[in-house]
Amino acid sequence: MSHRRIRAVFIKELHHITRDSRSLALALAMPVMMLLLYGYALSLDVDHIPTLIYDQDGTSASRDLVRQFRGSRFFDIRGFASGYEKIEHDINFSRVLMGIVIPRNFGHDLESGHGAEVQLLVDGSDSNTSSIAIGYAESIVKMYSGAVRVRNVAPPPPPAVEARMRVWYNSSLESKNYVVPGLIAVILMILAGQLTSLTIAREWEMGTMEQLLSTPLRPAEMLIGKMSAYFVVGVVDSLIALVVAVTVFAVPFRGNIVLLAISTCLFLFGVLCWGIFISAGSRTQVEAYQMGMLTTFLPGFLMSGFVFSIDTMPKVIQVISVIVPARYFVAILKSLFLKGVGLGAIWDQMVFLVIFGAFVFWQAARRLKRQKVA
Amino acid sequence: MSDWAVETRDLVKTFGDFVAVDHVSLEVSRGEIFGFLGPNGAGKSTTIRILCGLITPTSGTAMVNGIDVAKDPERVRRNLGYMSQRFSLYDDLTVEQNIDFFAGLYGVPKLRREERKDYVLEMARLAERRSALTGSLSGGWKQRLALGCAILHDPPILFLDEPTSGVDPIVRGVFWDLIRGLAKTGHTIFVSTHYMDEAEYCNRLALMHRGKVIALGAPAELRHQASAHSLLRLDSTKPLETMRALEDVPGVVDVAVFGGGLHVTVDDAEATAERIRTKLGAAAIEIHRLEKILPSLEDVFVSMIEGEERRVA
Repeated sequence: MSHRRIRAVFIKELHHITRDSRSLALALAMPVMMLLLYGYALSLDVDHIPTLIYDQDGTSASRDLVRQFRGSRFFDIRGFASGYEKIEHDINFSRVLMGIVIPRNFGHDLESGHGAEVQLLVDGSDSNTSSIAIGYAESIVKMYSGAVRVRNVAPPPPPAVEARMRVWYNSSLESKNYVVPGLIAVILMILAGQLTSLTIAREWEMGTMEQLLSTPLRPAEMLIGKMSAYFVVGVVDSLIALVVAVTVFAVPFRGNIVLLAISTCLFLFGVLCWGIFISAGSRTQVEAYQMGMLTTFLPGFLMSGFVFSIDTMPKVIQVISVIVPARYFVAILKSLFLKGVGLGAIWDQMVFLVIFGAFVFWQAARRLKRQKVA
Repeated sequence: MSDWAVETRDLVKTFGDFVAVDHVSLEVSRGEIFGFLGPNGAGKSTTIRILCGLITPTSGTAMVNGIDVAKDPERVRRNLGYMSQRFSLYDDLTVEQNIDFFAGLYGVPKLRREERKDYVLEMARLAERRSALTGSLSGGWKQRLALGCAILHDPPILFLDEPTSGVDPIVRGVFWDLIRGLAKTGHTIFVSTHYMDEAEYCNRLALMHRGKVIALGAPAELRHQASAHSLLRLDSTKPLETMRALEDVPGVVDVAVFGGGLHVTVDDAEATAERIRTKLGAAAIEIHRLEKILPSLEDVFVSMIEGEERRVA
């Protein structure tokens, strides 16, 4: 192993990277664009649910209930309907997601202590959002009914068991706090795989591989040299992504910055080697690009557990996800960002990243060794 | 250590059913310019690539600078410079960056690096363009840069695979001056070409056809080897009618159009020339010129390849 040859390859690759300013700009802008795009679009928080009220009662009691909805940030009262047709129409045209119908005798029933009813009409075509909306509406109605009962009748009998909930680590339950750290892992996986996936195929396409193979350059030296150059880009990308996460999305970072740096480097190393492995198996850049996308994008998004919980997936996919490095990096990032845990809680994930990196490095070097002109 | 710079024994390379290199045995002396000739697809590039360790031969041995290519390809690569048929430097790097890169790959010691770089820039006449993007250079510059990058580590043996294809004759002349200069300083040059005028510059030639070496020797030797027949140059007023008239003249083996006249391959030069004069005189075709000429290498090779084709068929 000659460090002189590694250095030569490293410097040459840096020249390529800086010469192609458009690709470089893209590589640096990518994490920002993807974070902004996915960070905002992948918000799983449901609030400002567009809602229509059909108040048949028109008493002070019904107006009181409406006021409860109006005061909640989860609902956005878009107006009042004077009949079911209007609600149906607006739901059909996706103008509102929910219709609240307060029946004629609402106030009277409440007054008399018979128990009043409120009808909720929900657009179930978006099942996730609507079930969350129902939950919110129920809790508002329940709170309101509790208040009424206290006012009117006797104190309610205490429930036999009451769940007292406290949410740790992301106490405001804001989805961005858990989406964004995971997203960093996914973005770095796609980006790093992308960076190196073209690098060997390009040498073949340009005809320069033949020249390289006629020199004393060894496969492992080529691999380390190329990988190091793109490692620099990957580190810059990681820094950009982290800064955007902490500043733009205001995701709290509670963990150890050194652990973050080490695990990011381990992850980058593995994925960059993966890109070279892919590239060494392709003779054209198009082929390498497609293989790179296929093997980073899909597993990164679907099998990393950054949004879609792996535990609830079919067994087969769970098994496959074991070899997806993003899965471990997502877990590390979430732990470091939100929980602020130490090495004790993430060392096993880091060990996997080491194993993955070493294995892929070995395989990529083997593939490079087999490169022959014909 | 072997006396030969390059030595092959029964080298064979097959791609499926296709035999690209068919039992090639060669010896190239040190300091020699060894020319490799033959039509496209004859197996020249494949042989060179085997010698550079880019392709593993199916069977046979290849020794470069006394080192078995199959056994120690890395040491072989330190001892050779290779220029492939297709330009294979980085267009998006400057001249200097390309030189620095290859100097690094060949492990040129730091102390010698500047000196070697200056030598190459000087040789390729690129000193003033050292910061130019390689992609912006024209063909001749690129070729000289590629040669320069292949000799940065001062290898004893150089493999050049059709180095001058696609450049104009003046540029080719400059390039060959460089090659001859390198040979004078003791470098062995193994060069493939399909230009016959370039073949004349070589000390020895191998003619390859369908994977086999069908002739081997110095250019002058090859000319004489082929002289079982003699060659007549014939200029006349009506070349096409002349060709037809010559068909049934005894002693005429072959007639080919060559430039403005004809090359007539004959058995017995004196007697046949006489018969040709008589025949054309009778046909009222005027002869401007009829003389025995020394066959050019091209004539030699064309007749050798045709002979080989006939032999196989």
